[in-house]
Amino acid sequence: MANEDMKFMESHEWARQEADLVVIGVSDFAVEQLGDIVFLELPSKGDNVNKGATFGAIESVKAASDLYAPVSGEIVEVNEALPDELEKFKSDPHGAAWMIKVKPSDLAQLDDLMNAADYAEHVKGQ
Amino acid sequence: MKLIFEKSVPHRRGVRSARSDVPAKNNIKPGLRRDQDADLPEVGELDVVRHFTELTRRNFGVDTNFYPLGSCTMKYNPKTSERLAALDGFAGLHPLLGQMPYAGVGAQGSLEVLYAAELLLREITGMAALTMQPMAGAHGELTGILTMAAYHRDKNNKKSTLIIPDSSHGTNPASAAVAGYDVVAVPSDQNGVIDIEALRKAVTDEVAGLMLTSPNTLGLFNPHIKEVCDLIHGVDGLMYYDGANLNAIIGKARPGDMGFDIVHLNLHKTFATPHGGGGPGAGPVGVVDKLVDFLPVPVIIKKSDGTFGLDINRPKTIGPITPFYGNFGIVLRSYIYLLMLGQEGLERVSENAVLNANYIKEKLKKYYDLPVDALCKHECVFSAARQNQNGIHALDIAKGLIDLGFHPPTIYFPLTVKEALMIEPTETESKETLDAFIEAMITIAQMAQSDPETLHAAPQTTVVGRLDETAAARNLNVSYCG
Amino acid sequence: MPFILNTEPQQKEMLEAIGLTMEQLFADIPAELRCKGLDLPAGFSELQVQQHLEELAAKNASDSICFMGGGFYDHFIPAAVSALIGRSEFYTAYTPYQPELSQGTLQAIYEYQSMICRLTDMDASNASVYDGGTALYEAVMMARRHTNRDKIIFDDSVSPLYREMVKSHTRNLPIEIIETPNRNGRINREGLLAQLDEQTAAVVLQNPNVFGGIDDFSDMAAAAHEKKALLIVSAYPLSLGILKTPGAMGADIVTGEGQSLGLPLSFGGPYLGFIATKMPYIRKMPGRIAGQTSDARGRRGFVLTLQAREQHIRRNKATSNICTNEALCALSSLVYLCLLGKEGIKEVAQLGADKAAYTFERLTSISGVQGRFKEQPFFNEFVIDLPVSADAVTEKLYDKGFAVGFPLSCFYPDMANSLLIAVTEKRTKQQIDSFAQALEAVL
Repeated sequence: MANEDMKFMESHEWARQEADLVVIGVSDFAVEQLGDIVFLELPSKGDNVNKGATFGAIESVKAASDLYAPVSGEIVEVNEALPDELEKFKSDPHGAAWMIKVKPSDLAQLDDLMNAADYAEHVKGQ
Repeated sequence: MKLIFEKSVPHRRGVRSARSDVPAKNNIKPGLRRDQDADLPEVGELDVVRHFTELTRRNFGVDTNFYPLGSCTMKYNPKTSERLAALDGFAGLHPLLGQMPYAGVGAQGSLEVLYAAELLLREITGMAALTMQPMAGAHGELTGILTMAAYHRDKNNKKSTLIIPDSSHGTNPASAAVAGYDVVAVPSDQNGVIDIEALRKAVTDEVAGLMLTSPNTLGLFNPHIKEVCDLIHGVDGLMYYDGANLNAIIGKARPGDMGFDIVHLNLHKTFATPHGGGGPGAGPVGVVDKLVDFLPVPVIIKKSDGTFGLDINRPKTIGPITPFYGNFGIVLRSYIYLLMLGQEGLERVSENAVLNANYIKEKLKKYYDLPVDALCKHECVFSAARQNQNGIHALDIAKGLIDLGFHPPTIYFPLTVKEALMIEPTETESKETLDAFIEAMITIAQMAQSDPETLHAAPQTTVVGRLDETAAARNLNVSYCG
Repeated sequence: MPFILNTEPQQKEMLEAIGLTMEQLFADIPAELRCKGLDLPAGFSELQVQQHLEELAAKNASDSICFMGGGFYDHFIPAAVSALIGRSEFYTAYTPYQPELSQGTLQAIYEYQSMICRLTDMDASNASVYDGGTALYEAVMMARRHTNRDKIIFDDSVSPLYREMVKSHTRNLPIEIIETPNRNGRINREGLLAQLDEQTAAVVLQNPNVFGGIDDFSDMAAAAHEKKALLIVSAYPLSLGILKTPGAMGADIVTGEGQSLGLPLSFGGPYLGFIATKMPYIRKMPGRIAGQTSDARGRRGFVLTLQAREQHIRRNKATSNICTNEALCALSSLVYLCLLGKEGIKEVAQLGADKAAYTFERLTSISGVQGRFKEQPFFNEFVIDLPVSADAVTEKLYDKGFAVGFPLSCFYPDMANSLLIAVTEKRTKQQIDSFAQALEAVL
């Protein structure tokens, strides 16, 4: 279930502000579509990301997807344990399965994203 | 069943070589030698023969039973091709003999096979010339796109994109991407063929060409093909024909006459060479006159004295894409097949392929959703959407068919149809086989309603049941280390 | 009609059942596109086609005694190989997309992958690619993907056939290919190191090289890794029965031609490209991969895995466009390696090396003939320099029943008088002695 404070991209990544950082993951809808996650490729701490550009990849048995950054900034934390704990995607995609934490260069970029209600509408059609 | 490594017994020998009749030299110093023997199994010949014979009992081929995989054209593979390809004159010939000495005097038989096969395929496709070099269909696609790129480079055209329908086989966009082009996907319309309006909007000066198969992966012949060609040619783009579905129209229509500039064929599909469990195949590429100069070298030619040779004097060639002349053994098999069919036999191929597919379509449309209820060509596509209501998916239908003795059709392709089941019977199947398959599919449709649990548990009659693909990917084990 | 089972009455019955005529089945093809009948000969019977093909086969000189090499070798293929791969449950099967029905093919792919790893000392192999040249091209693409760099350095002791193939395949890509000229038949270490920099994706070397020379590339692996580039080695698999492996040298990707592992020469194909790598790069490797798993009852089984990288799922973002590969050829090489086993492959490799050494001695004892690359150790192939044009000599030798030669001067302009000689376990002392006599006679 999406929290009220979460924002979403059309490509199913979520972003949530935590103090001065933005935490990023993929939605429960995306996880359901992908099926069992088998592999996750994450960037390194210290890398820079650009809004709309790829920062990693996620793979299931039947699909592989690039991960797109909802905001630009510097990656200050990476969930290093996650690639070895892929079950977290099923159990807690919006919490424990966070992928990266970014120090945003422009917090206003979050306003370009969908809120939880709009995202729910968006995926209803799919 | 054990792996061959698990059957290893120390010091057991298989095939031994003759004792050396020359002095042992051992003049390769230790630093250049491996320090430990390669850990190959130590088994005897009988061990090996029993092991692989057991593996054949865990396999399924066209020779076993009906194998209706869509777009794969699992037709009968003539046995005479196997016997003739094994003749020492063909199998034992070193490829360099095609070039030297005396410019190939020692390979006239094989050069003639390559040359004659090309002539037959020119007639069948309506193309000006073909290269036999590509070693598979996807390799042919790449070769065709490289030819396209060479043409545009030669004319100083600034081209960066290729248009590809969303219903296409995955190798089309993959080939475009590895060749350096961006892909523009165009959707299908409600009739299942490429949406002509969307196409008009997508055609810009940047478009190098369009890749199409007709009939497409839904088994539908595109009625607007001439208009599509005109649109692309209008920006000096090139039309590429993916020949995977040629079995539907062979002898009835030719891609050259439809306006295509580049064609690839799958010899392991339309031309009856064996699939081999996933290869080898061959993907010859044909082109129209204006592209002939760009074909790979060497080109097989017939000289004025009637002998065959190689021409490498082609300044605009894209270069060689195979070490020699292509998968000769596969071209040879297709040549034999074409000789045996002859003109009349070839015309009967598409007739029966299309008849068999439409027969299945008509008989099953009461039981399975038919996304496009129209005349199909060599394959028909159903959807398991109706069965979804009982929690049965295309996957369950496929596994249920296995227990009934058939190889399942292709599932979940094309991507434009939800829960797709793509059935291509081919022309070599009999009415009795088709009727048995139809009956099996009807049984499964009934089971989907009355006994879905059995389908979920299928297959039960094979050496293993459904395998855990998630575990396979998460805990990668791709080499035996035990 | 050949191969079509349905009789005319049956076809009629089926047409009636669906309410169409044969003509109507093709009504969706516009009349102006219908062809009026193809201009093809009448069909041959099986006997006729056999007679015709036997005539053609007889025009080939497959009975010449073969000293040709250049990456493709006349090795002995035991009868059990063809007996086993000639079983139609193997050769009429398709790609194993329904694993429960295809454990034969899948287990064989897994065993083949394991064999390649053991032979090369690498962690993971794929199920095969088309040939050694496209394998090298795929390795180059892997290196580009992994490093995000576009510069590839080849030594020109790597097969020129393969270098040309890589160039053809990549001409439309923003890739920079550098070729350093070999030093006296060995890799040009100075030249390679001078080119190696932070823009380099990979260094590509071959062992034994095109001249048959052998080397240890461990120092090049270290140099490449220091610049975060990869080392790709193209290897002759049968030689790995006795030679130091690319894995032991520190190679990141190993490729090669598997023809020497139980495949007939067959005038250019079908052949077998193998590609193997270390675990960190496995997701960047193209092609099919079989993996072990189990079913709900805990029974071991094999499936195609990591398919999400492949064209049928990833489409334009796939690791490669490859679909059909060389499955039956991989199976042949698996059977061959099983029949040879641990001792057998050493035996065959050593025989080839010994016979080549003997041949070298016999030939270089002929007046006017010298080994071109002095002191260069070789496996089963070497280059001799003649006092006259090599092409003319190959013609005269052919007339005496020997097939020898490689178009060296097409790729190495100063080698017009050089002859490449390959010797396998099939060559007897008698054949070698006759060959030496013949060469002496024609010079």
